[in-house]
Amino acid sequence: MPEPLLSVERLTMRFGGLAAIDDMSLDVPAGLITGVIGPNGAGKTTFFNCLTGFYKPTTGSVRLNHPRHGALRLESLPSHEVARLAQVVRTFQNIRTFPKMTVLENLIVAQHNVLQQASFFSLAGILGLPSYRRAEARALEKAVGWLTRLGLIDKADIPAGALPYGMQRRVEIARALCVDPLLLCLDEPAAGLNPRESGELNELLRRLVEEERLTLLLIEHDMSVVMNVCDHICVLNYGRKIAEGTPREIQNDPQVIKAYLGEEEAGDMRVEMKEVMKA
Amino acid sequence: MALALQQLINGLTLGAVYGLIAIGYTMVYGIIGMINFAHGDIYMVSAFIAVTGFTLLTAFGVESVVLALFVVLVVTVLFTSVYGWAVERVAYRPLRGSARLVPLISSIGMSIFLQNMVQLTQGARVKPIPPMITGGVDLLTVNGFTARLSYSQVIIVLVTVLLLAAFTWLITRTSFGRQQRACEQDRMMTALLGIDVDRTISLTFMLGAALAAVAGVMVTMYYGVVDFYIGFVAGIKAFTAAVLGGIGSLPGAMLGGLIIGLIEAFWSNYLSAEYKDVATFSILILVLLFRPSGLLGRPEVEKV
Amino acid sequence: MPRLVSISDASGWTERLKDAAGVALIALLLGIPMIGLTTADQGGALEVLTRWPLLGAFVAVVFCGRLLLRYLLDLLKRRRQTRERQQGEVTAVTMKRVWLDGRVLSAIGWLVLGVALVLPVVFSDNRYVVDIATTVLIYVMLGWGLNVVVGLAGLLDMGHAAFYAVGAYAYALLATRFGWGFWEALPVAGLIATVFGLAIGWPSLRLRGDYLAIVTLGFGEIIRVVLVNWTDFSGGPNGISQIPRPNFFGLPFSPSGDRPTFASFFGLEFSPMHRIIFLYYVILMLSLLTNALVARLRRLPIGRAWEAMREDEIACKALGMDVTKIKLSAFALGAMLGGVAGVFFAARQGFISPESFTFNESAIILAIVVLGGMGSQLGVVLASLVLVLIPEIGRDFSEYRMLLFGTAMILIMIWRPAGILSHREPTLRHAAAGGEHA
Repeated sequence: MPEPLLSVERLTMRFGGLAAIDDMSLDVPAGLITGVIGPNGAGKTTFFNCLTGFYKPTTGSVRLNHPRHGALRLESLPSHEVARLAQVVRTFQNIRTFPKMTVLENLIVAQHNVLQQASFFSLAGILGLPSYRRAEARALEKAVGWLTRLGLIDKADIPAGALPYGMQRRVEIARALCVDPLLLCLDEPAAGLNPRESGELNELLRRLVEEERLTLLLIEHDMSVVMNVCDHICVLNYGRKIAEGTPREIQNDPQVIKAYLGEEEAGDMRVEMKEVMKA
Repeated sequence: MALALQQLINGLTLGAVYGLIAIGYTMVYGIIGMINFAHGDIYMVSAFIAVTGFTLLTAFGVESVVLALFVVLVVTVLFTSVYGWAVERVAYRPLRGSARLVPLISSIGMSIFLQNMVQLTQGARVKPIPPMITGGVDLLTVNGFTARLSYSQVIIVLVTVLLLAAFTWLITRTSFGRQQRACEQDRMMTALLGIDVDRTISLTFMLGAALAAVAGVMVTMYYGVVDFYIGFVAGIKAFTAAVLGGIGSLPGAMLGGLIIGLIEAFWSNYLSAEYKDVATFSILILVLLFRPSGLLGRPEVEKV
Repeated sequence: MPRLVSISDASGWTERLKDAAGVALIALLLGIPMIGLTTADQGGALEVLTRWPLLGAFVAVVFCGRLLLRYLLDLLKRRRQTRERQQGEVTAVTMKRVWLDGRVLSAIGWLVLGVALVLPVVFSDNRYVVDIATTVLIYVMLGWGLNVVVGLAGLLDMGHAAFYAVGAYAYALLATRFGWGFWEALPVAGLIATVFGLAIGWPSLRLRGDYLAIVTLGFGEIIRVVLVNWTDFSGGPNGISQIPRPNFFGLPFSPSGDRPTFASFFGLEFSPMHRIIFLYYVILMLSLLTNALVARLRRLPIGRAWEAMREDEIACKALGMDVTKIKLSAFALGAMLGGVAGVFFAARQGFISPESFTFNESAIILAIVVLGGMGSQLGVVLASLVLVLIPEIGRDFSEYRMLLFGTAMILIMIWRPAGILSHREPTLRHAAAGGEHA
């Protein structure tokens, strides 16, 4: 297994008396897709919120081995620094595009920090200096590049909020990619997608890892995505990690099956997972 | 010592009035999530109705103060509730479901409308009415200053306490109260359960207006002067009280009102009367910065 | 509650009459304590006066008005239904979209600019018109400043008049105490307002929307209360008078004097209109500069960040944007523009007092932004026109002007909740960048 990009150690997040995440440890290997699965309310999104600075975990640490900045403690960074400095970028379970702005604008906004620097406190921008123009052209090129790869280029000038659900998810992923992430955290990217779209998503995720050398962390409910795409899976239940391993190990893990379905239906689940794997 | 006691009494009286108005803000904010800017002006309208009522009763030769107060209270509450209902129906209901700023602008428009309507129909001059309840109890004399609890202050505090008890019962024990609280939690779901949400919201506005009307009658009786501009200042103070106590929380609104009343009384006496509003707002700002959910509000976890 | 009304049969009228009667009853209840009864000071004591005929007339007007309104609404509804049945709904929607697209709007914008440029030439001897146009432009400028904060960045600022006041007092004090001229004071006063914006914004911008509104309102009131009470500094309620007017590159607008005046230098006969028109062009220029600046910024990273923040603050954070800095920049810019407008206001009036910077002023500026359509620069112009002209048209029955103003605010919000102009032009287009070939 390659060197871990992200090491989560003994992470605990309490809300009042409830431990949404309880003493969780996890290594996310670089260049692979790690899935975080678990029943509703298992603490998956809370885990993401702790990684990306939206929540301050009660205890525990999240360490990122950044190739340029060395080891970064994500839990002590404000959320925007997690994205800017540590290059850990996330998407959201309930889509958060900028609905009135066009798809292209969404992707340009994602490159805010680079462009803002180039515009030199907007001065170079107001004057329209060539250095700023070049930066803007590069940003546009990058945005157009991702839109083309994600099949959104003909929607570039449409307000993001006017697009159907599945496309908005893709816009959100494209927008996150424009931040140049080291680690991309996707929160249920396949939710609400039809089987065809879901298949396309699988392909896209694999391509991102293989071609862009990205590391992916994803929360997912859709078993076809999880089992076909993930290299490594971590299963949460009631805030605790109950299993970790390859998809094959996970689908045979009795604890996982119990967590998902209870005792009686466990058999069916195994069958279903196998079918999914074959497909 | 006597001076401090006097300020305590004055502050609590004033605070009771702010608290009554603040409940209207907090209830409306709780149920439809908007700042009802016209609420202070509803209070102002009620004060004018009270002035007319008191004057009319004097003209008819009603001698009994208790009777006069009771009649005026009932009449003012009734008419003011109609105003509360009408304001919601005209200016806010058509805007349900639009962006958050829209009803706010509409309520600012309504506030301007009410102020000018009253100015037009009732005149721009200050309305003085002769003091109705004189007398009081001398409590304490120190260094020649006597702290005095006037009967009108007793009445204000008494009425406020009674009203709050009745109001708490209404919200916690009756079916309207349950509907009202359900609407605060989830309006859509409440509607799906077959509850007429519009009616509940209307009733909430009427209830808020009724409480403001009680405050209006009390202030008319206590200070004896009313003009068309009192709604703005009282409204802002009361809103501050609601935020201070934790917006959405009914006991919080009352607590906030009392705190603001006390701050004002003590500040104007010991520091400077001119800057008492500055004190109120500074404290509001400090509370918001260090405890944004207010004193009794539930802390809000940012939904991601 | 929506009620089904059939138009054609007689029951429609029964329904409408019932409805109007209900509304008239409410009007009666509302009218009794306000219209039917009033109190007046009769020799030291209040006396109740009755105005029953007036109340009767009011209720009758409401009844007839409601009946007519209901009839017209039903008629419109039926018309629309028939048309939709004929054309299909889709065309109706697209037609609505087309008539106010970007090109039409920019044409209207240029037209308005043209009118604004020639207006004082056409009305060169009509002081009233030029004065009102100047007032409209002050509000346009204030609206454009606040538009950055509220319309673009989505921060609800209800105390914008505070920055207006800071600018006005900064100029008034610099001019009357230190003899500064208008043009030197303009940037300095703008800077002072910016500093105030930063000082107020820094603690409060972390708050949620409604709380921000109330805190800005509070700061606005604090500044006003300080101006009223700190007499040594601000002149208290009496304000500051004899504030010098701007001159024309060193040439004063006075009838005659030792030094050359504007009139004598250009060989014109002195006319008080010269200064009025000059002031008009000064504020026009300031507004146009503001507009150019804001329009440019909107297309820069910072402007897009403002809009993105208005749309979704959490998503902005997740993309690595420092939301506090972005908010602060919008707030500071809005404050600066408000301050500059304040400088002009003080210079034009020659006299300022805290009266001019009450919460009502903040409410009017906010109303201009929201009525115009959040973020729309042209919308601000139209809303300023509407809000300044309504009271002016009502001047003949001047007691009613603020009443009309309040009513208009409510009605426009009901009629167009998104504001008069809600069209948003994208800041860049893929198609325009030669994207068709990409």
